[in-house]
Amino acid sequence: MPKRVGMEVSIGASEAVRLANVDAIAAYPITPQTHIVEHLSEFVANGELDAEFIPVESEHSAMSVCCGTSAAGARTFTCTSSQGLALMSEIVFIASAMQLPIVMILANRSLSGPLSIWNDHTDVMLVRDCGWIQAFGENGQEIFDLTLCAFKIAEDHRVLLPFMVNMDGFILSHVIEPIEILDQETVDSFLPVYNPLYRLDPDNPVTMGAFAMPDLYTETKKAQDERLKASLPVIEEIWEEYGKLTGRTYHPVETYKAEGAKTLFVTMGSFGETASTAVDAMREDGEPVGLCKIRLWRPFPFQAFHEAVKGVETLIVIDRATSYGGPGGPVAAEIRSALYTLDTPPKVVDFIAGLAGRDVAPGDYKAMYHRAQEKIASGDIAGYEIYGVRD
Amino acid sequence: MKPVDQMTWKDLNVGCVITEAGNAAEYKSGDWRSMRPVWDKERCIQCGVCYIFCPDAAIYKTEDNYFEADLYYCKGCGICVKECVTGAIRLVEEEE
Repeated sequence: MPKRVGMEVSIGASEAVRLANVDAIAAYPITPQTHIVEHLSEFVANGELDAEFIPVESEHSAMSVCCGTSAAGARTFTCTSSQGLALMSEIVFIASAMQLPIVMILANRSLSGPLSIWNDHTDVMLVRDCGWIQAFGENGQEIFDLTLCAFKIAEDHRVLLPFMVNMDGFILSHVIEPIEILDQETVDSFLPVYNPLYRLDPDNPVTMGAFAMPDLYTETKKAQDERLKASLPVIEEIWEEYGKLTGRTYHPVETYKAEGAKTLFVTMGSFGETASTAVDAMREDGEPVGLCKIRLWRPFPFQAFHEAVKGVETLIVIDRATSYGGPGGPVAAEIRSALYTLDTPPKVVDFIAGLAGRDVAPGDYKAMYHRAQEKIASGDIAGYEIYGVRD
Repeated sequence: MKPVDQMTWKDLNVGCVITEAGNAAEYKSGDWRSMRPVWDKERCIQCGVCYIFCPDAAIYKTEDNYFEADLYYCKGCGICVKECVTGAIRLVEEEE
């Protein structure tokens, strides 16, 4: 029977990696991801996990080592945050182009400068177009579940792509929550041993990471794009299978109290929990609001998103990163684009909020809801507004 | 395998892995060449310095112990010309 235990979410995440029985871990500690790496190194040192733990001198090296171990056929894990992701970003793009099924947890943190260790989504938006599968978890249980599923999805021969699990730094990484940890037997029944399609093997030599001349590069990018898009039904299938096993089924887009809602908040990550509380309170006040949570950021689930917002008048998008001088936060820009082909698309009001750990409490959602009504009434919904900024 | 300029995206292996070992040898780097090395047998002392210095291993020994460039690979870089101790090699325009 699975145990439900109170534990720090970072420990829960490392438990998922241990249960996945990874073969290789290469990581460099960085706040707020540190506890995950620490616990994994303890597991390896204690003999609880039979894996190579490769300490490296930088995140650039961490991802480079991960590419090597994954190419050799090892189940590979790493995790990082913020500046660490920025430093490794060169290799992040290579991992997906080479279709290496590495799993990475990104403990989301703002990018410098100014120097900040706190949570927002500027780091993941830096690598939005890196070609990895990118999903967001809302609480500790989801991080545990998504991490386990990530290995199965990434290594599926219909997919073979790296998988990034986003967990909000501190809000999740350093908070103690009840998490149901599966037993090894259950995990083993769900997650088979990794069977690489190609691997570096002196007896059967192959070339990985060859260069492409202009007469072939375009075809390689088309292949990569099609591959990522084609992973969507496999992701849904494996999340469904996990649901049958555990009772917890995940979907690319999830809604809360969306029935009869005229306005939906759109969130990614842990903000979904606070927004749910805010929606409960506002529903009690008679406001027709609900919530739409984007769990799968890449490949973007256009169809599920269209279904989720059908008949809704207004979307209030909470962006947690800024696209300086651009059309809005990255999520709202994407959503406006996704709605462009609809005959009667909902209006989109974009708030950039919760940058670098600034709290967004239930009352702030109520305030954003009223501010959105004002903006719609005055016809001023282009662009975006940085919520709560001192003018 | 199809020629590269006829391959579609569907022809590519997962991750663009190349399963055929050593197929870089098929790549015709001689296409890059605008100048071609030519040996003067009167001056050549058969020392093999050109053979040693060629960065593409594109110079081979002929049956009569002189040297020639394999024009499938020779890029015409001119290193052999620079290194030849007797000045027996010169570069000529490809048009010639």
